[in-house]
Amino acid sequence: MPAFAGIFVCPPRTDHFMSTLLDARNLHRAFGPHPAVRGVSLSLERGEVVGLLGPNGAGKTTTLRMLTGCLAADRGSVTIDGHSVADDPARAKALLGYLPEVPPLHSELTVSEFLRFAARLHGVDKRQIAAAVERAAQACGLTEARDQIIGSMSKGYRQRVGLAQAIIHSPPLIVLDEPTDGLDPNQRRQIRSLIRELARDHAILLSSHILSEIQAVCDRVAIMARGQVVYESPLDALKPVPGHDQQRQLLIGLNHPPALETLQALDGVNAVEALDAQRFRLLLDDAGDPRESIARSAVSGAWGLIELQLHNPGLEQIFAELTA
Amino acid sequence: MNRMLVIAAHEWRRIFSSPLAWACLGMVQLILGIVFWLLLAEFATMGHTSQQVGVAEFVGGGLFGFSSIVFLIVVPLLAMRSFAEERQNGSLELLLASPASRIQIVLGKYVGLLAFLWLMLGLTALMPLSLQLGTQLDFGLLAAAILGVALMLAAFAAAGLFVSVLCPQPVVAALTGFALLLVLWLLQVAGAAPGPLAGLAEHLSLLSHFDALRRGVFDLADVAYYLLFCAAFLGFSIQRLAWEQHT
Repeated sequence: MPAFAGIFVCPPRTDHFMSTLLDARNLHRAFGPHPAVRGVSLSLERGEVVGLLGPNGAGKTTTLRMLTGCLAADRGSVTIDGHSVADDPARAKALLGYLPEVPPLHSELTVSEFLRFAARLHGVDKRQIAAAVERAAQACGLTEARDQIIGSMSKGYRQRVGLAQAIIHSPPLIVLDEPTDGLDPNQRRQIRSLIRELARDHAILLSSHILSEIQAVCDRVAIMARGQVVYESPLDALKPVPGHDQQRQLLIGLNHPPALETLQALDGVNAVEALDAQRFRLLLDDAGDPRESIARSAVSGAWGLIELQLHNPGLEQIFAELTA
Repeated sequence: MNRMLVIAAHEWRRIFSSPLAWACLGMVQLILGIVFWLLLAEFATMGHTSQQVGVAEFVGGGLFGFSSIVFLIVVPLLAMRSFAEERQNGSLELLLASPASRIQIVLGKYVGLLAFLWLMLGLTALMPLSLQLGTQLDFGLLAAAILGVALMLAAFAAAGLFVSVLCPQPVVAALTGFALLLVLWLLQVAGAAPGPLAGLAEHLSLLSHFDALRRGVFDLADVAYYLLFCAAFLGFSIQRLAWEQHT
């Protein structure tokens, strides 16, 4: 395989699919007396997209900087595909593309000049540089802007150049620190779809404090708070948080609601909370789905049913409980 | 090695993409051009009265002596871009997260900066060399003087780079670099004054080692001084950059 495997030329991944690519163990880092990261362990399989979620100041950026070798850990170890970032940085970092919080750009250069440098810096073979620049520019929607001076570009475009820089050598692991921060909704959507595109061939670790973003692109989420990973789960089947009561909820809207006691008495309902004159939140016990029987009761009692929605404890609730 | 050259070539390109470098290049040429012309005029008026001083020594030596003061101001301005400005822009992480080692990063930036400074010196050297058109120059003396400025630029760049690694802001880096160079420069004054440390100050001064070379006296000790000076400050820079990971 050439030194870079193209973004659109899908390399065969099945042979090492689900082998650990990034392995960080028990990372500690303090700035002076203030501990920023306290014992973070994180691992990434090949081809996996993991979201690092946390409020501002939770230690996300510090963690990512340690993973990428920009910052040394006080304690703990990071390996990328078996190469230690501390002991064998050249090998480990060659497998890595990194977009920091502020895209690291040289604003006096044009996009293609800058990308050519990024390619050379990451050891892309001389004969492949033009093709690599072409590919990265195309993937990030920069083909038209190749000859623009980076300093004259808008924030969204600068972010794209930053992203192009991170994928130019087609690294197996891409680390993105708040890639959509400060962008407008359209740009955000574009970057998101770009990340999804990249996720087909690369393992991606991205940090964000925006829930919907993580939900839109990630396979797995890790929530950080106060310098620690407090929760980790696949996104399609969120694990319950131990020690926290997470009842399933049902939102119901009724034009002619009966007395609260009537609702309380329905099968499978533990408690009722009125949200306003017509909308109620029913807390359910664990078994079964009472929606059908509730709809029947609503029709027979002529309550004027206008809304009925089962509400599983979502990421938002988990996030709020763990980081508040 | 390869990555170091990639970084050096990139620095070289960046310098020429920024207005600061062109401004430096233009101003230095303008100022030194005026000085050259003044020296030449002075030499022409005194030419027949004094047979002791040749044109190469008077004009060439005078010009290179003055150029060292101009470079003293210019080098910190150029060196501040290397690390301090990059750190402020957040673009240093591009290099830090790349497979390039700390040594390659520092040496690459140093070589790129020094290449530009030596280009500036080359253009300056053309002025006295152009006198060859009308007279017979003492090339040995000029070569020693050019070597002296070249070594001094290497020392300035190494010290400037170190300050640039040290400082979080470019303006602070430029000012501090200027102050550091000026102090090292002024040590010669301290060396001239009587006192127990005079000899030491004289040895440490950037200027005293340059003066001999400027007059055409080639002493290996002077060359060794500059090489050691560069090696020390580049070593400090690499060490400091490695440290930065830990602080």
